[in-house]
Amino acid sequence: MRRAAIGSVLTVMLLCTISFGAVAEDKSEKEIERYRAMISDPMSNPGFLAVDRGEVLWSEKRGSKNVSLEGCDLGLGAGKLEGAFAKLPRFFKDADKVMDLEQRLLWCMQNLQGLDTKDVIARRFSGPGRASDLEDLVAYIANKSNGMKIDVQLSHPKEMEMAAVGEELFFRRGGVMDFSCATCHGDEGKRIRLQGLPNLSKAGKQSQETMGSWPTYRVSQGALRTMQHRLWDCYRQQRWPVPEYASDSITALTVFLNKQALGGEINVPSIKR
Amino acid sequence: MKTILKTAALALVVAAGTALPLTASAQTANTAAIKHPDAAVVDAYLKSTFGKAPPEWQARIEPDETLKTCNHFRNDVPSAEADKIIKRELAKVVFPADGKLLGDWKEGKKVANNGRGGQFSDNEKTVSGGNCYACHQLELAEVSYGTLGPSLTSYGKDRKFDPEEAKQAYTKIYNSQAVVACSNMPRFGANKFLTEKQIKDIVALLFDPESPVNK
Repeated sequence: MRRAAIGSVLTVMLLCTISFGAVAEDKSEKEIERYRAMISDPMSNPGFLAVDRGEVLWSEKRGSKNVSLEGCDLGLGAGKLEGAFAKLPRFFKDADKVMDLEQRLLWCMQNLQGLDTKDVIARRFSGPGRASDLEDLVAYIANKSNGMKIDVQLSHPKEMEMAAVGEELFFRRGGVMDFSCATCHGDEGKRIRLQGLPNLSKAGKQSQETMGSWPTYRVSQGALRTMQHRLWDCYRQQRWPVPEYASDSITALTVFLNKQALGGEINVPSIKR
Repeated sequence: MKTILKTAALALVVAAGTALPLTASAQTANTAAIKHPDAAVVDAYLKSTFGKAPPEWQARIEPDETLKTCNHFRNDVPSAEADKIIKRELAKVVFPADGKLLGDWKEGKKVANNGRGGQFSDNEKTVSGGNCYACHQLELAEVSYGTLGPSLTSYGKDRKFDPEEAKQAYTKIYNSQAVVACSNMPRFGANKFLTEKQIKDIVALLFDPESPVNK
């Protein structure tokens, strides 16, 4: 019965596809668009629960020094959160390194709080019944840049190096399928199955909309995810080796992508499929 | 524009039914504008991110001669380089010993739908798939198809089930770059991702008159 029903649905679809291939495609894209609009309601976005948890973690005293993260300098001065995310990743003199938000938080946990970050890193990606301090903190801090424009810092030589290496990595092919980031994100209007792909090889609107909407609540994963997870999952699908969390190539790609997205408005956490 | 030229080049190659030494794209001046950072610097970044992966995994992102060229020109290779790539990659294509290129289209359909294999989340028991639908339209009944590659509906029928065309398709699947230098498509056989049998089954999916692709 069910099979027959599916059969007739497929037949109808088949007929539609034959006669109105382009129309059917437009229609399914419109449906996907409608679904996106439906789940974009901030009042029902579970990503804001992560923002609330992050707020608690930010002021919680932890580590051997029993201090909170409120003394952590994210680039605009100790404890200053408004607009900090919009200018990350950036060069930090005390660490002599370009860091994204996760790297900087780990640095502050280790150096300011005297916290052993082994457990925090083990929980870098949340799962059922396992919250991630880093995902929650990023959600909280990134949210404090809402309405601001992506303004990645590119003045220090190390920041410029990051952007250049990130660009090189974006186009570098490898793995058993010879894939690079650009294989999927190098052209306009392409899809994998039904999933639309932003063109991130060009500076402009698609890059801005992409980078301005991370961190995001992923409905399919039931979790708030940051760019660290997005790029980890891209490399998985690219058939590359597992990338080290909060490491230089990931930060370099983030710098490059934010460069492509310069001026894009931040509105996070967003909600995505 | 680049894409149009690439598609045109591909169409020409396919139409000719032989692996003509055509370039993936016409000559453009923009390749000269690509600035590459120092290779040692890039390697240091890669090491910091992928250096803890097992050695066999790290070897997979070590570009061979062909990928070095593709990376250098960001796939927009000059014709002399393209000729070298096509010659080199064509030499890697292994045709079935018995000369039979068409396997079982029903099995090919499974391979075309399977997107697993080769990911760090897979295990050694995972059966690799061609994941054709990720990028190509094949049978019309499957509405969930990607558009990174051209539509392949009615592929064999449109080519009058010509055996030379089937051979060309086998070559393309086995090693895409034996046909179009720096093609975005994986080199399924040459990279040992799919088996000879799986490739024959996909060729059957494209060329068997009974295959839903040709219905």
